[in-house]
Amino acid sequence: MSVLKMAAAVALALGAVSAQAQVSDGVVKIGVLNDMSSLYADVGGPGSVVAAKMAVEDYIKATKSKLKVEILSADHQNKPDVGSQIARQWFDVDHVDAIVDIPNSGVALAVSAVAREKGKANLNTGAASSDLTGKACSPNTVHWLYDTWMLAHGTGSAIVKTGGDTWFFLTSDYAFGHALERDTSEVVKANGGKVLGAVRHPINTQDFSSFLLQAQASKAKVIGLANAGADTTNSIKQAAEFGIVKGGQSLAGLLVFLSDVHALGLQTAQGLIFTETFYWDLNDQTRAWSKRFAAANGGKYPTMDHAGVYAVILHYLKAVEAIKSDDGTKAVAEMKKLPTDDPLFGKGTIRADGRKIHPAYLFEVKKPSESKGAYDYYKLRATIPADQAFRPLKDGGCELVK
Amino acid sequence: MSRAQRIAFGVMLAFFLLAPLVLYPVFLMKVMCFALFACAFNLLIGFGGLLSFGHAMFLGTAGYVSAHAAKVWGCPPELAILLGTLSAAALGLVTGLLAIRRQGIYFAMITLALSQMIYFYCLQAPFTHGEDGIQSVPRGTLFGFIDLSNIWAMYATVLVVFVAGFLLIYRAIHSPFGQVLKSIRENEARAISLGYDTTRYKFLAFVLSAALAGLAGATKAIVFQLASLTDVHWTMSGEVVLITLLGGMGTIFGPVAGALVIITMENYLAQLGAWVTVAQGVIFVICVLAFRRGIVGEIAHFLKKPL
Amino acid sequence: MTEIFGIPTQALFGQLLIGLINGSFYALLSLGLAVIFGLLNIINFTHGAQYMLGAFCAYLLLNKTGVGYWWSLLLAPLIVGALGMLIERLMLKRLYKLDHLYGLLLTFGLALVIQGVFRNEYGTSGQPYAMPAELAGGRNLGFMFLPNYRAWVIATSVAVCLGTWFVIEKTKLGSYLRAATENPALVQAFGINVPRMITLTYGFGAALAAFAGVMAAPIYQVNPQMGADLIIVVFAVVVIGGMGSIMGSIVTGFSLGIIEGLTKVFYPEASNTVIFVIMAIVLAVRPAGLFGAQK
Repeated sequence: MSVLKMAAAVALALGAVSAQAQVSDGVVKIGVLNDMSSLYADVGGPGSVVAAKMAVEDYIKATKSKLKVEILSADHQNKPDVGSQIARQWFDVDHVDAIVDIPNSGVALAVSAVAREKGKANLNTGAASSDLTGKACSPNTVHWLYDTWMLAHGTGSAIVKTGGDTWFFLTSDYAFGHALERDTSEVVKANGGKVLGAVRHPINTQDFSSFLLQAQASKAKVIGLANAGADTTNSIKQAAEFGIVKGGQSLAGLLVFLSDVHALGLQTAQGLIFTETFYWDLNDQTRAWSKRFAAANGGKYPTMDHAGVYAVILHYLKAVEAIKSDDGTKAVAEMKKLPTDDPLFGKGTIRADGRKIHPAYLFEVKKPSESKGAYDYYKLRATIPADQAFRPLKDGGCELVK
Repeated sequence: MSRAQRIAFGVMLAFFLLAPLVLYPVFLMKVMCFALFACAFNLLIGFGGLLSFGHAMFLGTAGYVSAHAAKVWGCPPELAILLGTLSAAALGLVTGLLAIRRQGIYFAMITLALSQMIYFYCLQAPFTHGEDGIQSVPRGTLFGFIDLSNIWAMYATVLVVFVAGFLLIYRAIHSPFGQVLKSIRENEARAISLGYDTTRYKFLAFVLSAALAGLAGATKAIVFQLASLTDVHWTMSGEVVLITLLGGMGTIFGPVAGALVIITMENYLAQLGAWVTVAQGVIFVICVLAFRRGIVGEIAHFLKKPL
Repeated sequence: MTEIFGIPTQALFGQLLIGLINGSFYALLSLGLAVIFGLLNIINFTHGAQYMLGAFCAYLLLNKTGVGYWWSLLLAPLIVGALGMLIERLMLKRLYKLDHLYGLLLTFGLALVIQGVFRNEYGTSGQPYAMPAELAGGRNLGFMFLPNYRAWVIATSVAVCLGTWFVIEKTKLGSYLRAATENPALVQAFGINVPRMITLTYGFGAALAAFAGVMAAPIYQVNPQMGADLIIVVFAVVVIGGMGSIMGSIVTGFSLGIIEGLTKVFYPEASNTVIFVIMAIVLAVRPAGLFGAQK
């Protein structure tokens, strides 16, 4: 943990009256809360902590800031009660000022509520639920990276426009899967496509052969995988076995990360189409950063979650510096005022509902022959401009939007 | 209570009264809820000799009902907790009718099967919100005037619930009912030959255990203001077995000690990620091989007095 | 094209075949558990972890030593079986005089340890394991496309299941084993080394689990969690079949595969639960299972 000395002059000069405009205890504490040991450990996990530390170091080096910043981390084990309890303890006892990452929508919603109650900052990059900037929006929450609406619309409309106009869904039978299926179906139909059918499978299913058979029988051009994690990788692996892609149908992953593709291998995953908001090989800046990240992360290249953690912390520190306080509600308000600019996501903004806006990219997994080495997995099929990538402000049902 | 037990009770009470001044109160409330859960479980295994591998279904179901009652129906917390407890008792009645006629390993397996069914139901039922769980459950005002969002009011409430549940179990064990239960555990055939309807006694113990596990779950939902799938998953059933085994099966205070150790370990080792599971597994193995009496059991053995 | 219950007959046959294939996998998996419980009266919760170890063995053999799938089918069970024998010798042996539930708790703890260690080391996304070239591809049967590997799974499962059943029920070695479970003292008095037989039996059960793991590696993701949720389903199979009966597990495995397959067609959301519903019903009506004898 790198700890830099801070000149107390700022705080003292402002005096007791403006005591609120101080960094609490003189340290800005940021907690990385994610899944370190199961489903999402490779998507975020310890890599997010590496990204967080890089962000702090780079910020201080670039701006010569006198801020003292500390990074903590904990494993929420994908359990909402563990996550909410760690958040409470961090806020109440350890004086943590901001919590970052938080994959798993159940945990994310719980932590969002706690952060609101305590007036702290909730900087979510890992979770998918679009409710975080919709029904459950909060003045303390920033949702940086992606959400179900973006995934559905990005992947759905881009694929329909390139000819994939008949769909069949393999849906994970729980709220997240249903939401993905519903949102993507709407987009497909709105763009002139047809949904030929869907089958809902229980979460954590091992064997998809029966469902894949139904998908094959439907003769849909695109099979949408409205599931995540092991369910997605298992469906893709078995789809390869059943010759789905060779038979002419294409697979659309609705939530896929670089770590999933790495786990599958190109032979199995080739041809898979999905949307993400970051890839290490997009441009010179992302490449340079990713090489530095990989060096600090045991050779593993960054997923979009890692990039999100880095970028959101940079922006948070900028906001804290600007208002000279780490009060959560004020910092988030400042983050919405300042335009964002970082080497990974480029220029963007954070809307009133907490939604960060940046472009999204439609990727296709390369064939083994097209790849030049490890982690050289994606080719860019289309770019979705920032103003179309996310749900329109008025449609979310967020109470912060008048 | 015997002298040793009175001292132990005093130590326990003093700990929970004084510790919140030093330790994080929310952490202690979690310990108390799990201690009650484990005490309820221990009633069945330690004194009834029945290993239930599905106790999570009572904890979790009560949690969901309590959370739903408080959030959606706007019930005050005492009513929400009551409803949660009753739902667990009802579930105990139904599952008990199915499970109680079987012994040993078959009993464990059928409780596991039933608990899996409850898990899958909770995964799909709309009111539980599946993976998201029921969030932002209001703490409410107890009896109309005690505001439970005050941490001390909440703590006091949980303490009262815990002590009441604990004493109820103590009374149940040290009563004629408890004596018959113990005799069934020792030698069921003999108990039958003495004229006792052993099935009925086991069934009553099962429902009581279910209700008290439900009380723990319903209270926990109000404290943490959420109810999630974790509480109905089979690993939660495994966790309560671990807590009871470590603390000492068949002792009164064992489950409380076990809960304190395991929850502390989970909390403070959370940084270490998957090592927590490994540590839990190692504790299981060591306990079964060399430490079968558990913490309180060993102390009791040393003092040659029941604890 | 005729339809049965709204599903075209052709599609239905395809699903039934898939169900049969899955059933054969369940049968293979439950075999090891049934052997260990039937002969040793131990509930082996570590079975899921041993299945995972088999798959990881195959992965490591391929990536560290270049040993391919076919040799792994032989080596992985041997390695895991040896580990199993070690567990039995060092730990399980001490629990035989106690309540059987302690055996369950010990193996449960061991499963947590093994899975936790592997999770720390390998994360949970899983490792890629390529399909062996000889079994890749498939043939179009008209009503469905059958991957060659799935045909291989069903053939091997049937062979291994029947082979095991034969050894235990019909050979002399098997009869010694069965006698030793009923009356170890007497059998030992006849000069047969009962403790060694028990160790070998546990090792054999673990080896069967590992064998299933190697079979699974090319089609399911090789990750440390792969055995954890599967073990509960396999328990259900063994319990329904009758905890002492080898043939019971085999028949139940196949039947449940078919029932689950049909559920996936008509009511897929329940396909995970149907096994437990059946288990609860069977246990309520016939606690010893369909083929079992109450001990």
